[in-house]
Amino acid sequence: MNIHEFQAKQLFSQFNIPVPRGKAVASVEEAKAWAEELRSSVYVVKAQIHAGGRGKAGGVKLTKDRAQVETLARELLGKVLVTHQTGPEGRKVQRLLIEEGADIASELYVSLLVDRASGWPVFIASRAGGMEIEEVAAHSPEKILKAAIDPSSGYQAFHGRMLAFRLGLGKEVQNPFVQMLGHLYRLFMEKGATLIEINPLVITRDQKLIALDAKVTFDDNALYRNDDIKALRDLDEEDPLEVRASQYGLNYVKLDGEIGCMVNGAGLAMATMDAIKLAGSFPANFLDVGGGASKETVKQAFTILMSDSHVKGVFINIFGGIVRCERIAGGVIDAAKEVSIRVPLVVRLEGTNAEEARQMLAASGLNLVVVRTMWEGAQKIVSLIRR
Amino acid sequence: MSILVDRNTKVIVQGITGKEGSFHAAACREYGTKLVGGVTPGKGGTMFEGVPVFNTVFEAVEATEPDVSMIFVPPAFAADAIMEAADAGIGLIVCITEGIPLSDMIRARRFINGKPARGVANHSVRLIGPNCPGIITPEECKIGIMPGFIHKKGGVGVVSRSGTLTYEAVWQLTGLGLGQSTCVGIGGDPVNGTNFVDVLELFQKDKNTEVIVMIGEIGGDAEERAAEYIKADGTKPVVGFIAGVTAPPGRRMGHAGAIISGGKGTAAQKIETLEAAGVTVVQNPAVIGETVKGLIKKGIVRRMKTARPIPKRHK
Repeated sequence: MNIHEFQAKQLFSQFNIPVPRGKAVASVEEAKAWAEELRSSVYVVKAQIHAGGRGKAGGVKLTKDRAQVETLARELLGKVLVTHQTGPEGRKVQRLLIEEGADIASELYVSLLVDRASGWPVFIASRAGGMEIEEVAAHSPEKILKAAIDPSSGYQAFHGRMLAFRLGLGKEVQNPFVQMLGHLYRLFMEKGATLIEINPLVITRDQKLIALDAKVTFDDNALYRNDDIKALRDLDEEDPLEVRASQYGLNYVKLDGEIGCMVNGAGLAMATMDAIKLAGSFPANFLDVGGGASKETVKQAFTILMSDSHVKGVFINIFGGIVRCERIAGGVIDAAKEVSIRVPLVVRLEGTNAEEARQMLAASGLNLVVVRTMWEGAQKIVSLIRR
Repeated sequence: MSILVDRNTKVIVQGITGKEGSFHAAACREYGTKLVGGVTPGKGGTMFEGVPVFNTVFEAVEATEPDVSMIFVPPAFAADAIMEAADAGIGLIVCITEGIPLSDMIRARRFINGKPARGVANHSVRLIGPNCPGIITPEECKIGIMPGFIHKKGGVGVVSRSGTLTYEAVWQLTGLGLGQSTCVGIGGDPVNGTNFVDVLELFQKDKNTEVIVMIGEIGGDAEERAAEYIKADGTKPVVGFIAGVTAPPGRRMGHAGAIISGGKGTAAQKIETLEAAGVTVVQNPAVIGETVKGLIKKGIVRRMKTARPIPKRHK
């Protein structure tokens, strides 16, 4: 789960990680009132959307003029920002974070994530703050420093010192830096984060550390025990169809293509998408209906696929293992009768009792094509929508 | 004959009285797996389909001396169950549970690291999963939720991060008369136990495994590490498929571990790396079986035994 920058910074504050004084506002009036209260020499107005690349898209503005804050707020609130992460439709700005500017002496990069190979949390730090870390890693990997944390003992001060000295931090900021990493580690483990990224972490001219930006991603599997984190979910930032799908326990990700697919299992769902591309079209979605694929789940899945106006055809690909195919076929038939399917439908059922299931589908009177293999299905649905 | 499990492997089930645990414990036993007991705290002293249920893994170990524990405990308690099994020295822990918090898995994996396996000198406990279908040596031992009937005994070793996609591949193989030595699902979570490299090493040593099918997906670098191993030490032919060529960056595709982040973990990168290591990577998931067959025809896979035809009812 992703959260907004202002929410991440509130969490940082809770964990004693220094952030600029700031506040999230949702209206021009609030923006004006907060600017009056803030009284800073520089004001930073930042659009709060979940996507990265806000600066380049014009979503981050600086001004020294307090009166200008109001103008900037008027300009940004309600604006649709298009960044490299939002897709061409962009994201509407509903909130702004207005904070004091920092007198920056240097910029660092710090992140904390889990190294999959070792299963250990790892701090990544660099002097090349404020830049795209992927580019730094690609062009000057020697600038990327790492400290792996043994999870049995957790973060120790030496981890922080190791990074601080290698980063060449000055005396005044060494200790605050070492402590800050400890707070980050605690936040990461206690709140179930999967990534914390501060880019940039700045050192001010008066030798203070401040997290100028904050990105935190959380583990969906740990939300059940962190109600405060769960409450930070912003449904406005998610695709409405994805929100609806998640309410029915369906794993659905909307994509740009024209063929809706419904599959059981995440790996097979991805493979089916890939087969559709190979057959000359592009999937409209990822959809894993899970192992059960009951009538109710299939019905909800149909409803969601049919709500996507780009869908020109649907391909159902189910491998019935423990769940028998004739039960799935029954679910598909019942659901297809209740939800109007206005596009070509291709069904591939394989596995336990597949033959019986195919006969049921063929005899159902529904306007669908039954195929035997995934590849046959992918080719068939593509040819049907091309007609 | 196979890797990790065979007809003599003794299995207990943690969470044996739960809905999933009881269903699959029974299904595994029906397949031929030697089920010797189960664990459900508070239900010790009762019986499940003729095998004893214990309160703790320690009691189960003392009484039944199992080689493997299969875990069906709900996500909130699963890491605890993994650690309990490891502490009791069970050599192979197969965790099916999906949805375990990452921080729990970090701790559990650290805990089990280097824990001695009981009864075998110089061996540490091994974890398969979590969030996986399990492991099966066809016609001998099934430990997991995979449908048993799609498998048949043979010389293809299968290792995969996926569930149903593995069934798909296995079904293609079986349909072409190509049996499997052992099929291992290593799971779709970012932090797991046994990895591709571990399984590839075992297949490499296994006399009966003649060719390997490896099914990866986007996210992480397990496939890249596998490629390094294959390049350096692999002598057996490997057919690979990587799911998620069409997956967008930054989106989690069902599995917790299936996400392209920071431009890393793309299917294109993995395919390129595997191909450079000599793996035959197929673009089309529907031709995994045919591709293995093609390698056999070309003589690239040697000693492959002619498999028996598949029984009619399974066609």
